[in-house]
Amino acid sequence: MSDATDRLIERLSAEAGPVHRLPPPARRAMLWLLAVAVLAAIVIAVFSDLGVFARRARDPQLALDMIATLLTGIAAVIAAFELSLPDRAPAWMLLPLPPLAAWIATSGYGCYRHWISFGPDGWELGESTHCFRFILAVSLPLGVSLMVVLRRARPLAPVRVAAIGGLGVAAIAAFLLQFFHPFDVTLLDLSVHIVAIAIVIAVASLWARWSERREARP
Amino acid sequence: MAPAGDHDSARDREWSALMAAAQNGDRAAYERLLREILPFLRALAARQHRTPDRVEDVVQDVLLTVHRVRHTYDPGRPIGPWLAAIARRRSIDALRRRGRTEVAEVADERAYETFADPRAKEEMEARERAGDLGPAIASLPRGQREALELLKLRQLSLAEASRASGKSVASLKVSVHRAIRALRAQLKGDKR
Repeated sequence: MSDATDRLIERLSAEAGPVHRLPPPARRAMLWLLAVAVLAAIVIAVFSDLGVFARRARDPQLALDMIATLLTGIAAVIAAFELSLPDRAPAWMLLPLPPLAAWIATSGYGCYRHWISFGPDGWELGESTHCFRFILAVSLPLGVSLMVVLRRARPLAPVRVAAIGGLGVAAIAAFLLQFFHPFDVTLLDLSVHIVAIAIVIAVASLWARWSERREARP
Repeated sequence: MAPAGDHDSARDREWSALMAAAQNGDRAAYERLLREILPFLRALAARQHRTPDRVEDVVQDVLLTVHRVRHTYDPGRPIGPWLAAIARRRSIDALRRRGRTEVAEVADERAYETFADPRAKEEMEARERAGDLGPAIASLPRGQREALELLKLRQLSLAEASRASGKSVASLKVSVHRAIRALRAQLKGDKR
């Protein structure tokens, strides 16, 4: 055995105290999602116009759209917790893809329908800047809290974990947006949502890469 | 890579129990575990790294990572895939680091056999060539050798050379032309 390896083992064993074992990732994901759900319920109850929302929610297309958005968020958050551990299959990355596809399809269909009934006005900017700011503003605190929790696992591939976690918080933000969004989504609105989500994912990934490099520096 | 067979699964259970004890603060169990997993880690690292030094670097990196993330191991799951995933990741990181280093550095084996200063090399080669030239000139017929010496080595003009040798300008021109052709043929022949 190399002397250096031998010394390293001696050093590591000497400083190895008891550690707090991480609970299973699914349980950690559920706890985080539950905390977000409680906070979101309070914010929605206090700030949103539930009467307007109830009228809009009668539209099955909006209901489908919201279910798909929420499932994308939940699936991506669960995948991020699983992927933060060393021995979990990379296939967890695929978990949010089916609801994501359904979300894009229902939103796209909604835009198309809107465009058919309103003609060229369907391309108009709805309240896109409001949506854009809402998604970014909600994603920021959610993203920071999620990253703090995910980093407890010291992920071996932090960029992948941050990217999928970024998709999760952005999807949850887009779901919450519907409670404060008293109009149909236009094509431009949808594009703005996608850009906002892409920004959240990019920022999360860049932040993870930056912190990984900083840690790797001697 | 999951350990296969009864022997491997018994080994996996033993390592798993050692890690569970280590998570609870048993330092002796931890030290034993780290020593026992060394051959397994070395075999994994050797798949991607050729030299023993590099394998040992990766193994040390894996040990440090195992230490850092030991709280993420779930004793209810096999430890082999957990260790292998860490080893694979660190092995790839080492390959990437090596790639970056090799892009920045140039290894030229011939650099040690030649000269740092190109002028020194040219001078050396000129001397070697001059060494070949002496005997070649000596082997020329007397008339050609004389013409070459007067016109090329002493750099006289055709008129001066004609006066010095008593030969006509035309005859000197023919002699020097033949001398150079003969030398060229001879030196080329030597090189082959």
